[in-house]
Amino acid sequence: MPAPALSIHDLKKTYATGTVALKGVSLEIPQGDFFALLGPNGAGKTTIIGITTGLVNKTSGTVSVFGHDIDKETELAKMQIGLVGQEVNFNPFEKTLNIIVNQAGYYGIPRSVAIPRAKKLLTDLGLGEKMEQNAMTLSGGMKRRLMIARALVNEPKFLILDEPTAGVDVELRRGMWDYLTGLSASGLTILLTTHYLEEAEQLCKHVAIINKGEIVASGTMEEVIAKHHDGSPSKDGYRGGRLEEVFLKLTSEK
Amino acid sequence: MNSYQKWISFYTMLRKDVVRMFRIWVQTFLPSVITSCLYFLIFGTVLGSRIGDMQGVDYMSFVVPGLVMLAIVTNAYSNTSFTFFQSKFFFRGIDEILVSPTPPWLLIAGFISGGIVRGVLVGTLVLLISIFFTGLHISLFNSAIIFLFAVMTALVFSLAGLVNGVYAKSLDGINLVPTFVLTPLVYLGGVFYSVHSLPQIAQYATFVNPIFYLVNGFRYGFLGIADISLWISLAVLVGMIAALVAINWYLIRTGLGLKQ
Repeated sequence: MPAPALSIHDLKKTYATGTVALKGVSLEIPQGDFFALLGPNGAGKTTIIGITTGLVNKTSGTVSVFGHDIDKETELAKMQIGLVGQEVNFNPFEKTLNIIVNQAGYYGIPRSVAIPRAKKLLTDLGLGEKMEQNAMTLSGGMKRRLMIARALVNEPKFLILDEPTAGVDVELRRGMWDYLTGLSASGLTILLTTHYLEEAEQLCKHVAIINKGEIVASGTMEEVIAKHHDGSPSKDGYRGGRLEEVFLKLTSEK
Repeated sequence: MNSYQKWISFYTMLRKDVVRMFRIWVQTFLPSVITSCLYFLIFGTVLGSRIGDMQGVDYMSFVVPGLVMLAIVTNAYSNTSFTFFQSKFFFRGIDEILVSPTPPWLLIAGFISGGIVRGVLVGTLVLLISIFFTGLHISLFNSAIIFLFAVMTALVFSLAGLVNGVYAKSLDGINLVPTFVLTPLVYLGGVFYSVHSLPQIAQYATFVNPIFYLVNGFRYGFLGIADISLWISLAVLVGMIAALVAINWYLIRTGLGLKQ
């Protein structure tokens, strides 16, 4: 049986401020899955991603990426990952193409390989005409696509998307999802966090809902909805999809 | 990562920084060139002619090594401290490296290499300017010692700049150390005078100033004269490098100031 793309066991994180972000999270994402990790703001989603990618130190627990422990086989684990972070985190004075090529360099990919690969990625993501422009000239949606191109330049087996469509208009979002579902169909494992629950419901095979540092539901999308959705709509006001009803039921303060 | 991939990662960090420093050459190279011209004009030409000889050589020749060293120290330090701080605080560009398989020691090497390149380049520019002011009468007693001390000094202050960059929480934090620590140490480290021209108590104070040992070794390379043994200067340099490498390794490995 192949190793899961991501295996997390009893992961705990307490920040220096005393905030307990994760209270012993265990999670497994099979290879090739399109997995949704959902939760309200501050639930611990970004902390899990930060620990997995080496941006946050964990307090305890284990994390493996394609069977490679992030503490013992750090380089091998990181080789498998591409990250699209929540915040825009590239130098806006840098040329678009250089941002991608430099990122490839940090993975040990020489410029002779990285440049054509970066050009193809930027073209595929609709940024072909922006290659030589400084990143600061890009619109919000273009910056998001640039971050996706950057995350894919090392040809990862596991792509992590932390709220990639925040602030992106409907048309661009659809374009991004078409592109990413194509990658998913080719075998890429994708972990998605988003507040657009209807997107997660449509796109993802498996889902985990996290609240206050604990997983409160996980399984296939249909299993989770079937188990926690009682069939009745919200009593009043705006009504979302079934996943939204389940999400609110599991994470609401009331 | 295999060795070749590590080399590519290192080259990427170095290339990015070198391209940046040449792109903004008015901010990175020009200030030291102008400052050095002023130093040579005032201390060398105007005051130097009245001072006469220092340790048997004319004053202009005496101050050249110190002024070259001053350029190396300040440029190596500020380059590393600022580029690291910038990548940490502005746009979080450091995350690009942290998520990659680039190991912590290579991240340190990548950041300090830019500082070394800038320090040595600016030092070379100042040396070329000194040739103009000394009327081509610059003395090079031992080029290998000059090069060794130039590179090792740039390495020491790149490493020190990286520590500053890791700890700094604002731009003030980047500027405080050069203004209140580095500049006084450089000025009191024997750039403009021989330690033997000081009163006994001031000589003892100079001996605890690490810059003194760097200037001393560097000046030996140019003039063949030194206040203390060259080996002591080398030992101090090696000791500083070892200590700063250990501090940086600990800071980057644990993610102090970088990771939450």
